[in-house]
Amino acid sequence: MPAGAETAFSMRGSLFRKNLLTALLLAPAALWLVVFLVLPFVAIAIFSVGERAPEGGYQAALTFAQYANLPARATAFWNTMVLAPVGAFACLIVAYPVAYYLALRAPQRWRLILLALIVIPFWTSLLMRTYAWMYILGGRGIPALLAYVGIEDLRLINTPGAVLLGIVYGYLPLMILPIYVSLERLDRRLLEASADLGATPLSTFIGVTLRLSLPGVMTGFSLVMILLLGEYLIPTLLGGGKVFFIGNALVDLFLQSRNWPFGSAIAITLVLVSVVVLIVANRISTRLSGARRVDLI
Amino acid sequence: MSKSYRDGLPISPEKFVDQLMRLKRGSISRRDFLGLTGLGVATAVMARELGMMPTPAFAAENLGDRMSIATWPNYHDPQTFENFKAETGVAVEVNVFGSNEEMLAKLQAGGSGWSLFVPTNYTISTYKKLGIIEALDMAKLPNFDGSQEDARFTAEGTIDGTIYAVPKNWGTTGFAVNTKKLTKPMSSWKEFWDTAMAEGDGRTMVHDYQLTTIGNALKYYGYSFNSLKQDELAKAEELLLKVKPHLFAVSSDYQPSMRSGDAWMTMCWTNDGAQLNRDIPEIAYVLGKEGGEIWTDFYAIPKDAPNKPAGYALLNYLMNPKVAVKEHLANGAPSTDARVNALLPKEVLDNPILYPAADLLKPLEFGAAATLTDPGRAELMARFKAA
Repeated sequence: MPAGAETAFSMRGSLFRKNLLTALLLAPAALWLVVFLVLPFVAIAIFSVGERAPEGGYQAALTFAQYANLPARATAFWNTMVLAPVGAFACLIVAYPVAYYLALRAPQRWRLILLALIVIPFWTSLLMRTYAWMYILGGRGIPALLAYVGIEDLRLINTPGAVLLGIVYGYLPLMILPIYVSLERLDRRLLEASADLGATPLSTFIGVTLRLSLPGVMTGFSLVMILLLGEYLIPTLLGGGKVFFIGNALVDLFLQSRNWPFGSAIAITLVLVSVVVLIVANRISTRLSGARRVDLI
Repeated sequence: MSKSYRDGLPISPEKFVDQLMRLKRGSISRRDFLGLTGLGVATAVMARELGMMPTPAFAAENLGDRMSIATWPNYHDPQTFENFKAETGVAVEVNVFGSNEEMLAKLQAGGSGWSLFVPTNYTISTYKKLGIIEALDMAKLPNFDGSQEDARFTAEGTIDGTIYAVPKNWGTTGFAVNTKKLTKPMSSWKEFWDTAMAEGDGRTMVHDYQLTTIGNALKYYGYSFNSLKQDELAKAEELLLKVKPHLFAVSSDYQPSMRSGDAWMTMCWTNDGAQLNRDIPEIAYVLGKEGGEIWTDFYAIPKDAPNKPAGYALLNYLMNPKVAVKEHLANGAPSTDARVNALLPKEVLDNPILYPAADLLKPLEFGAAATLTDPGRAELMARFKAA
């Protein structure tokens, strides 16, 4: 046997071992994905081509009637498509200055404490934190205080403003952290160089700081936006259930009218929309940051 | 006497931390630590409470250590379940719901985990048809006495001569008004909806529940509360869409908002009306003179109940008039059981919120089974909420 062939053979052997090792290492994660993501998704896909049983629930069928019926929830889709970007943008407006201060201005020894203060409330369930707002904004909260100074019968709860406040409050850490990370990695010498070359602080901020933090901004924006696409709790609790999002439509279809096939069709559509949003956001952030590959975290 | 949660603790929090630090430093043993802090006793008590050691009285019949009940908000005297636990060792987990549809959805999906639940009259035939509730074994419910029940309210629990559900209480669906904020006297659903768009703008609540919200909109035009006729439902929808922008909320959890003064008027069930009026006298309960809903809530046991013995035991316990009377005093809805009524104080029996005048009761309708599963009403509700 020529010497070359032997080498190739043992190389193939080690390649095989390497692949096997990779497969074994990936197996737990893959199994997790199959059991908790792929299988439920397949179940929902099967439901979505079925029919509502006469007493509600699911009965087997092969029909696209549920998908044809999607326009019946057009308002809910529309409300969600407006809420998600507006909510994410409001979050961004509040989060950016905070992240900027944390990464570039806060004294080193305070930084960790301040970061912890942002993250700790996140350990409490969103439901609890939203309930707290119900009482702060409700008649015995801020309006009762304002009544002391003569502003009577002011209503804060169950307004669009209350919903927006709840969204910004609830999702703020998810926006602050990625922006903070991208600002923290910023090379300070670029800022000095920009100033040396005669740029004003404002144009340095726009041309250098903001520009280089865009990957973080896009990551935060898409994270918040994806979560908002499925949001139903905050509009129900702080909006009085008057504004109907696709999340609310899903809850009602499964728990009230028990039209599981239609609910499944909407869920599939929502997942597809989320995937499209993620892809678009990723493309934009790649382009903005000069065609560099951008990691999500 | 103070009633702080600290009363009766085996050790004060300060002392507990002291001992914990000593344990950490290694100056006491683990066993001493458990003894000193009372954790050892607590573990033993927990073990008994959780049924790891059977309580003598019920040892013969194994009731397990816990069960779960599905019911409505503000609907029971919490003490009832504490007492039941003290007597039987069974801890009761209470789940509350906003609509019968939601209960049905959970039971249809299976694995609800409930051993007892509280469906409303018009849903029982559907549960039976779907085969998800038990035909009750009356031998296990010696405290129930059918001859003492008011047949007007209890008929729907019995199907083809078999008892599937026994009544908890009956009631009506009207509306509650804060008469300090809305001073004009009201007596009809027409006034309810008109006020919601005028003086009550931004302060009115309707249920997140198709049966009552659509039903009471139908009453605006004098149609049947249960109507499934397309043209009548279309009129109701028109009204609902017109009122929508004026509403404070679409929610069945209206007590907090009425109590805080954020909402001034809401669709309301008897028991909530009685509770609100008891605590805040200016909140009145009104029955629409056009009619509306009259209802009975029942107890039933799901076929897939994980702990049927405990479900029966709790149900039998609740059917004891001495227990039931406390439930009625806490919850405020009138009883169907003559034995309970005999025990209720006179001021409760004279309360017009609980026992409306005959001319107001007469036009009321029991919910119809068809509304529960009708897709038309469900879609109407979705359009109303999405608008």
